[in-house]
Formats: sequence, C-alpha cells, structure tokens
Amino acid sequence: MTDATAASRDTPLIAARGISKSFASIEVLRDVDLDLKRGEIHALLGENGAGKSTFAKILAGVHRPTRGTLALNGTPVEIPNPIAAQKLGITLIHQEPISFPDLSVAENLVLGRTVGSPLGRVPWAQMTREARQLMDLLGVKIDVTRPMRGLSIADQQMVEIARALASDSRLIIMDEPTAPLTPKEVETLFVIARRLRDEGRTIVFISHRLEEVQQLCDRVTIFRDGNKVATEEIANLTNADIIRQMIGRPLREYMKKQGTTIGDVALKVDKLTLPGVFNDISFEVRKGEIVGLGGLVGAGRTDVARAIFGVAPAASGTVTINGKAELITQPSQAIALGLAFVPEDRATAGIFRTLSVEENITAAIPKQIAPNGIIRRTLEKTLASDSVRKLRIRLASLRQPIGELSGGNQQKAILARWLLTNPSVLILDEPTRGIDIGVKAEFYDMIGELAAGGRAILLISSELPELLALCDRVLVMSEGRLTANIARADATQESIMSAAVPRARVAA
Amino acid sequence: MNALRSLLLRREMGILVAIIVFCIIVGIIKPRFLAVDNLRVIMMFVPLIMIAAMGQMLVLIARHVDLSVGSTLGFAAMMTALMFKLQPDIPFYLGFPVAIGIGAILGFINGLTVIVFRLPAIIVTLGTLYLYRGLTFIASGAKQIDRQYIPGPLKAMSANAPNYWLPWIVIIALAVVLLTYWFANHSRLGRQVYALGSNPVAAPLRGIPVTAVTLTVFSISGGLAGLAGILYASRWGFVNPSNTGWGFEFQVIAAVVIGGVSINGGVGSVLGVVLGVVLLGCVSAALPLLGIPGTVQSAIYGLVIIVALVIDQTVRDRGIKALTTARGVRT
Repeated sequence: MTDATAASRDTPLIAARGISKSFASIEVLRDVDLDLKRGEIHALLGENGAGKSTFAKILAGVHRPTRGTLALNGTPVEIPNPIAAQKLGITLIHQEPISFPDLSVAENLVLGRTVGSPLGRVPWAQMTREARQLMDLLGVKIDVTRPMRGLSIADQQMVEIARALASDSRLIIMDEPTAPLTPKEVETLFVIARRLRDEGRTIVFISHRLEEVQQLCDRVTIFRDGNKVATEEIANLTNADIIRQMIGRPLREYMKKQGTTIGDVALKVDKLTLPGVFNDISFEVRKGEIVGLGGLVGAGRTDVARAIFGVAPAASGTVTINGKAELITQPSQAIALGLAFVPEDRATAGIFRTLSVEENITAAIPKQIAPNGIIRRTLEKTLASDSVRKLRIRLASLRQPIGELSGGNQQKAILARWLLTNPSVLILDEPTRGIDIGVKAEFYDMIGELAAGGRAILLISSELPELLALCDRVLVMSEGRLTANIARADATQESIMSAAVPRARVAA
Repeated sequence: MNALRSLLLRREMGILVAIIVFCIIVGIIKPRFLAVDNLRVIMMFVPLIMIAAMGQMLVLIARHVDLSVGSTLGFAAMMTALMFKLQPDIPFYLGFPVAIGIGAILGFINGLTVIVFRLPAIIVTLGTLYLYRGLTFIASGAKQIDRQYIPGPLKAMSANAPNYWLPWIVIIALAVVLLTYWFANHSRLGRQVYALGSNPVAAPLRGIPVTAVTLTVFSISGGLAGLAGILYASRWGFVNPSNTGWGFEFQVIAAVVIGGVSINGGVGSVLGVVLGVVLLGCVSAALPLLGIPGTVQSAIYGLVIIVALVIDQTVRDRGIKALTTARGVRT
C-alpha cells in the first residue's frame, strides 16, 4: 500500500464546510461543517425544520447551498442537480420513492443510466438478468418484470437501493425510510444497510426514532434551528442526551397565557379510529380551554383534525360538539355544528389565491353574504373591513388578490374567515408555521383572546415553546396513538418530546 | 398457465371482446355485415386513421395531445397535390417524403411551442388546428385539387384490384404499426416516452431528455399525419381545402382512447390502439348498414368515446384502490 492510498483512507468521503442555505430571506441552514467517513452509517437528527433534510438535499443536488463548499474524497465538487449527484455516486432515497409507475421494475432500475443512440435497442433480456442479479444480491424477492405501480413502499425502497447499487453509489442517503415500514421490513432494511456499510459505502440515515438510530448508526449529527449542534459517536450518547441537544433552546418570554375561566365540554372525541392512520383517540376540550396537540410530523395529528372536521371521516368512534353527538361526514356539517378548522397547508387547503382578500374572508359564510344567491357587496365589505381592523391584517386594499399578502397576513385572513362563522370550537393546525416572529406574537395574543371569549381551542403545533406557553393541557401523539395528556404545570420540552418520539419497532 | 392468465387479464382483451360481440350482434341483425364486401369497406376505412393513431398514441403516452392532426393531414395533402399539379412530371413516389416532411415540420412546430412557452399541448394544438387549416386555404386559394392532377399510380395504391390480396395503403398502415411497435417497446427513446408520461416530474431528475422526447413525439405525429395526407389523395383522388382531414383528429383520438391509451400518460399499447381503430371501423361500417342516418352517427361516435373513457377510469381507480388497501398507506 502506498502512502497516497493510506492518506486517502483517512480523507472523508464528503467534507462539507460552512454550508448555508436560505430560502427567500429565511436562513434554514447556517455554517454547517460536517465530515462523512467511508463505511459508516451516519444519522442526521433534529426537530422538524431543524435543517437535516435540507442538508441531505444539498448533498443530493436537489438544493444548492447559498454559501459553503463540498469536497468528495478531498476534491472540491459542485453538485448542481440530482443527475450530477448520481454521477458522483450519491443517491437520495426519498421516503416515498420517486418512480415511473407504468414501467417495469427492471426499467426503473436502469433508467437514466443507459447510454448509446436514442434509437438503440433496449436490451430487455440483459436488463432483466441484471435486475434479477441485483435483487438476489439484496436478498429480496421482487418480480422485476412487473410494473412499479402496486409495489409496497418497502419494495419500492428496495428498488431504489438496488438502483443506487447499480450505479455503484458510494453515498446512499435515506430520508426517514422506516416511517412507512412494518417492523419486519425495517429489519430487512437494516440488514441491508449494514451490509452496504461493510462494503465500504456510506449511509446517511434520517429518522425520528432514536431507538433505531441507537441500533443502526455509528455516528450522529444533531441539528437545531439550522445549526449543527454536535457530531458524536453514538456510543457516547444516551437518548436523553440526544433529546436535550435537539430541543435545547430558550423559551421565548413574550408568550404569556392569559387567565381564563374554563367551562363545559365543547368538543368530545371518543375512540376515534381510522385503521393505519390513527387509533383509539379520545379527549375533551372545554370552553375557554386551549388544548395543545403535539407530536412529530406524520404522527397523525392532522389526520385526527381532518376526521373531526369531516374532511376524511374516521372509520369508527364518535365526535360530540356542545353535547350533540353526530356523525360528521362533510365539512359543511361540522361548520353548522359550530366547528372551525384552520388547516396547516394554507397554500393548497386554505386560500383562494387569485380571489380578493374580501372574498377570501367571507368565503365560509355564503348564505349570510348572498341570502338569495346575489352577493350583498356592502355587507361583504363591512364584515371584511371589520375583520381586517380586529386582526390587524396589513394590506393595500380589500380588493387585492390574497396571494399578494405576506404569509402571516394570509393566515390572519383565514382565521378571520373562520371567526365570521362564529365557531364555538376552533381547530388550528400549525397556525404559525412560516410566519415572522412579530406576527407570531400577535397570533399568540389572538389565540389567548379567543379562549378568553369562551371558545374551545385545539392547537396542533410542532413548536414546543408555543405549546408550553399557550396551552392549558398538552396532548401528545406518536404513530397514530395518544401517548400523553400533560397538564400545564407538568409540561416541559422533555416530557413532550419523550412522548412524541416513537418506540422502536424492531426487536433488538 | 401464468402466461395465458396474464394474456386474458390484459387490457386489450376488453376491446377484442367488444369487437367480437359487436360484430356478432350486427351480423345477426344484418348478415351482410360479415360479407367479404363489407369487410373490405372496413379495411379501406381503417388505414388512414390507423397511421395517424400510431403518432397520436405516442403523444398521449407522453402526457400531451395533438389536436392538429386533421389540419396537418389537410395541409400536407394540399401541398403535395399542388406540387403534382404544378410539376406533373414529378414521379408520384416523391410525394411521400414531401408529405411526411411537411407533416413532421408542422408537428415539430407544435412540440417546440409546447416546450418553449411551457403551454399545455391542448391549447397549442387547438391553435395550430385552425392555423394549419387556414394556411391550407391560403396556399390553395380555397380551390380543390381535382382528380386529373393526382398521379394515376398514386390512386392505384388504394385500388381494390382482385389480383392483389391487400391494397398498398393497407400494407403501408401495417408497416407503420410494426415500426411503431418496435419504437415503443424496443428503442430507448420509445421507453423514454413512457417514462416521461408516467412521471413528468421525475423524468428530468432521472436524466430523461424531456425536450428531445417531446419534439420527437410531436414530429412523429405530424409526419404520420402527413403520410395519411398523401394516402388521402390516393384513396379519394382529390384534395379539398375544407373537407380534407376535417374532424379527423376526433376519430383518431377516439380510436386511441378506445384502444386503452390513458389521457393521463404513461399507459398504452400498439395492440390496443390497433383494436381501437378496428372497433371504430366496425362501428362506422355498421351504422349505415343498420339504416342509422348520417345525422345520428356523430352522436354514436361520441357515446363510444365516453363509454371507453368510463372504462378507462374504472380500471384506473380499481388499480389505485388495490394499491392502497394492500397495506395501510398513510396520507
């Protein structure tokens, strides 16, 4: 062995220096330095939005860093797009794999790697043979001649891994691969991941399940608020250490819960179940009470809210609103019962982008605005301008398309829309996501006032400080189940987070 | 055993069964439907639509659509006929490269407009449907090119001569079908057409040359419409600026959709489209025989298209349902 190869042994496969990334004016990743060694399984951990996925996507050429450099085997590289990443031997495996559902498994494997003239013959026989070899190598039984459509997610992931092997990838990034898998499938995945590591490949493993990380990974890097907090050997860290590093940020002082009187039960959910999504969910929210619903993204919180509101009804269980138990199968029923739901994804589920602010605000009360089918403009205008004043929505004109407003003001307009229906129960799903700090504080005040006015509020949030500051009680969901019901006095970041982190599904 | 099962489960089986059932029913009502003479009527109806349908199939698989094929056919036919009128000494076979070339250029323009301006193909080709028709009027001075200007040997290609088993236009259509089959299933570019239509978002990420594939399918569709154009002159012996190819796009798209090509892209087979064209041919041959007046025939066409789309959607939904109930897929 020469000195040169001995030296290159110690050179990290990937050396990232000062990687920063901004979207619009928001910096989501700040000066990250990180080395990935050859032949290791390296976990990236952090809360939702901490920057771990953004970092992974920079490696895979999906995003380009705003600042910073990357080196592969000591040589500086640019990774402008996913194809470049693949040529450099970097493959990103998405949680829900990207594939061509109408093409066969074998074709999906070779696609993008074939060379030669466009009218060149597709070597079906050779392609099928090679695909079978790859599947045998992975030890999975998938008929390579069948179309991708209809394969389970686990099998689709295996095809993606086989694709990474076919292009001889040296770095395989798995973004939350285990979330949609059954325990047995997770086990198979781990066996394969270890084997790939032992061949000298590097695996980046993004997961929320700390037990899985402990079991599988060699080193971990923890992200928080766009910064790298630590890179450590897994052997030196306990789960408690990891959780503390993930969430260790100061509580924001400006959030003050207003004292309110708590009244009768307004919303009662009993044994709500939608198989495969959430199970046996029971809780109550009283008038004047703010109940938080915490947990990680994908824990089923939004699904429960959608079920209560009748968007995607549950399979079994009951919802009682102000003493009336009804089978809600449509949002219009829920609205009539006094329920309002401000959805998480404002761009697709909330606003009518091209319509005016005025029309957006009055969209939930068509009967009031247009009693005979004819819109009463004056009434529409009065109601809208009242809302704008009350909620301090900043705009140029009521006739302005709502898409021109800032995210925070759009969100306020949607809240205004639901307040006009005079709801007794208000469900807010991540109401402050993507909103500036200043507007956030206003939102917190508003939520407090609404509760003080006797409304029952269910607040879904992934921001722990928000839950701690605003809520009278915090419910926590993990993997479709309620795992905690914590009173305000006992709620801490640690107690919420440890209820939110899924239990490992793999037998050790 | 497995091979037989998968053959029976193929989507094309439905159309084949529909053709057989339709022919038996019509044959019972009007036995003359199954006579050799009538089969020849169907055989002569099929080739032009078949040729253009092969191109349209590729365009639809790539998740686009070409509404301009009728006008492309008309323009290519008119330019070729004008050439024969102005230069009667030109050998008739030179009409083929001219017609195909003109059609391919018009198709290329469609594809280029879709790519450059990022417009939906349905809008672009709706525009060129009228543009190309208008150009046909301008080029011809709104006058029909009559029989005497169409070369005799060209007209003979459609002749139903008893000593030939198949007329030339049927043989050309068969050749186009075989070439398309090879292109779609055995060439790299052909498979990339399926990939693009199956997942347009992922296609560029996987290194599929989206621009080249798009231009290719539109050029092929235009070129084949051009070929159908010169064969129109052969079959009918004249080219008229307003009639030639008018409404042709609807027959073609109907045949392709009936043949099981999904308008959502990614799905479609040559065999299915061939059967779709044959079914449409049977329907149009049967309607006059059954004494159904011409005024009602369009309505029947329309019904056949809608029924085919309903079946397409049902099959698709069932597939997706089977997929999601197979395991608890999270939303």
